[in-house]
Amino acid sequence: MRARLVKGIADAWWLVLSRLGLSRHRWQTLPRFTRRTVKAVVWVGLGLLLIGLFGVWKLSALAVAAVVLVLVVPSYGKVTVRGRRVGKAILPLAVLVLAITYPFYGVVSSMPQLPIFGPVPQMSTMVGMAVFTMMALGLNFVVGYAGLLDLGYVAFYAMGSYMAGWFASDQFAKQHLRFGAVGIAPGDNAGFHLSIWLVLLMAGIATAIIGVIIGLPTLRLRGDYLAIVTLGFGEIMPQIARNGDSLFGTGFNLTNGTGGITPIDGPGFGNWLHHHVGLPANYLTLGTNADRVFFWTALVLVLLTMFASARLRDSRLGRAWIAIREDEVAAAAMGVPLMRTKTWAYATGAFFGGVAGAYYASYNGGAFPDEFFFNISVFILCMVILGGMGNIWGVIFGACFLEYLDREGLANIGAWLNGHFGPGGSDFQIWHKTLDVPLYEFGIFGAILVIVMLFRPEGLIPSSRRAAEFREGVHDEPLYDVEHDERLYTPEAT
Amino acid sequence: MATHAQTEMPIRLRRSPVSYVMPVLATCLVGLLLVWLGINFVKGPAYFFTISFIGLTNGAVYALVALGYTLVYGILELINFAHGDVFMLGGMFSATMVLSVFHLTAHASTGALVGAIVGSLAVAMAACGLLNATIERVAYRPLRGAPRLAPLITAIGMSFILEDIAIGWKGPSYTAVPNVLPRGQVFSISGVVLTWEKLIVIMITVPVLLALIWLVQRTRQGKAMRATAQDRDAAAMMGINVNRTISFTFMIAGALAGAGGLVYALYFGQIRYDTGFQLGLIAFTAAVLGGIGNLPGAVLGALCIGFIQAFNEGLLWRAPGSNWTESIVFTILILILVFRPEGLLGERTPEGV
Repeated sequence: MRARLVKGIADAWWLVLSRLGLSRHRWQTLPRFTRRTVKAVVWVGLGLLLIGLFGVWKLSALAVAAVVLVLVVPSYGKVTVRGRRVGKAILPLAVLVLAITYPFYGVVSSMPQLPIFGPVPQMSTMVGMAVFTMMALGLNFVVGYAGLLDLGYVAFYAMGSYMAGWFASDQFAKQHLRFGAVGIAPGDNAGFHLSIWLVLLMAGIATAIIGVIIGLPTLRLRGDYLAIVTLGFGEIMPQIARNGDSLFGTGFNLTNGTGGITPIDGPGFGNWLHHHVGLPANYLTLGTNADRVFFWTALVLVLLTMFASARLRDSRLGRAWIAIREDEVAAAAMGVPLMRTKTWAYATGAFFGGVAGAYYASYNGGAFPDEFFFNISVFILCMVILGGMGNIWGVIFGACFLEYLDREGLANIGAWLNGHFGPGGSDFQIWHKTLDVPLYEFGIFGAILVIVMLFRPEGLIPSSRRAAEFREGVHDEPLYDVEHDERLYTPEAT
Repeated sequence: MATHAQTEMPIRLRRSPVSYVMPVLATCLVGLLLVWLGINFVKGPAYFFTISFIGLTNGAVYALVALGYTLVYGILELINFAHGDVFMLGGMFSATMVLSVFHLTAHASTGALVGAIVGSLAVAMAACGLLNATIERVAYRPLRGAPRLAPLITAIGMSFILEDIAIGWKGPSYTAVPNVLPRGQVFSISGVVLTWEKLIVIMITVPVLLALIWLVQRTRQGKAMRATAQDRDAAAMMGINVNRTISFTFMIAGALAGAGGLVYALYFGQIRYDTGFQLGLIAFTAAVLGGIGNLPGAVLGALCIGFIQAFNEGLLWRAPGSNWTESIVFTILILILVFRPEGLLGERTPEGV
């Protein structure tokens, strides 16, 4: 049905073009470079047209278009230097440079507004995007590589945040420990205050240990049971956080209850490094520049996560994960230790979730229990699934796009919709009450999950291997497929 | 209920030392629980029984929802995440029916009350049955041949979509259903009190459960359901229209959820878009506790969970309190899945572990 529809649209498209003198045959005999150029120019032209019609036109739109054209048109994959294919690195490097320089060009007022989506993201949104990219990459170890559905990833996020709360704030007032922390008020003698960099590492390790503790008894379970158990842990941890101000009536204040732990120290490198190397002494004293430094730091963490993802995927362990994902029984028969391999996937995913959680707590200046709900688990899962399970670039795209929607995009789209079709809308009025689009955020994410699973289960930017699994199916093939019974009647079917 | 159990070799895992320690621990936990219940009983027997009635009522509501999970799991091996939200929409249908169509108030006559409840029950069950069958058609059927996790993910998506439908319909805050059930005492024997609204909940639930048992055990369609649950391919070869049977099962599950929604809305008096998610997880735990795919097991599990919740929230001596209900329920879920995945009444299948 769907394939027929797509084919119909494609046929109609080529029919129109051949009437204009460009048949499909002629198009495909053109050189690849020409085809790429034409395609890119047409798409960019369409984009510019849309910005002109619905966005706010600025001259810098042309600069943006030029950058896109330069990035897309030449086939960088073929560039070689002394026989080494360095070309593959050019596109990622360009994206990285664009990301690093974003604070300089992204927030200036001459940037054009996108149609419908409105202005480009602010710096605080960019920090959120980077942090959630890290979490999504962490979840990708579990869901994308090892094929285990984890519905309680928020537990690791919470654990990381609370680690930052315990070791970089006044929470345990009777204790006194200082190690490399910055920005403590003079005379403040309460609590653990360790350097945030150390806390990030500690949070990662503690969360990984929690991951192992959760994983050891539960990873024996089959896929959907495992999902439910992880969901259970994801609900228990926030409840402990909410009720932890007097744990089991002992009066021991572990998490400060619903108030959350705040303030948490900001990151910083201290005065010595500030004077000798020029690194910022304390991020929180940077004023308006704080966000960009937070963003760059988050970018470094994302890069580390990407590096670990790519290297682990190609390692012996990563290949074992993929083998388990494709067929657990066959993997076990080939000598892959199931429990150990799965536990490693869990611990690795948890590690990055913990680091990201601790960093985000430091950025937000607090760990609050109302941030850690099942919704966030599904939110991160949605990032992984939308982008493409198992593909680093896909996951990054999914995380950035969805976090952007969460923070700004949906509000902007809602404003646009209400402005055009709402009460007193500029085009024509469809609904009579202002539509609160961000209220329906999770329904929209749910719809994304359903649509992606139904129509493109491998995600927007799939890894070729994962796509093949979804197309062919790796699990028990039914003897008689009650849905597609055509193959009973086709003679060549086996 | 395991469709493909026989084709797979059970994977033998080396038993870790942990797996020897844990059963002992679990036995100790159950022992402690019994001691705690006993002490509470001795301290106030009458109060204990009154609390037990609350547990029974909670359990009845959970049973209606848990049966839906277990029916669907039995036939498709799919955890229907959206089921709790179908239940929630059922509650909202009933609230609308009772308040806006039948205009029921707290002082209605018995005849009006019975009429309104039966009418709302029929509407809620029909609407939820259709809704659940539609969800199956849209979100699960196209994914029959896909990896097992694919329909689970669409189920989560559908759950969020339904919650947003509820938000769009009733708004994000609680919809209040005023007390329409009589709250007087049925009897009060030496301090043991049973009130009418609890008895009415039981009186609605039991006939629905009996009807379900009759449907599954005695009718042709029920036989088709059991056959499909046992082996879908063989059932198809025997001339059973598998897709229609699955649709029918979803419809029955949805209708049960609708009945549960009505009972919940009338008994607890308020319902919100996320009610279904929380209660759905508890009901799923009940289904797992009883042995998922097993109908009497779901009812037994639901009653257990209902009692545990009522004792936890109601008993006076060293009860953790309502703040910890979810944690306790999920801990039970995890322990059951780890130590006895086949549940209280289920049979051990090689796939279970």
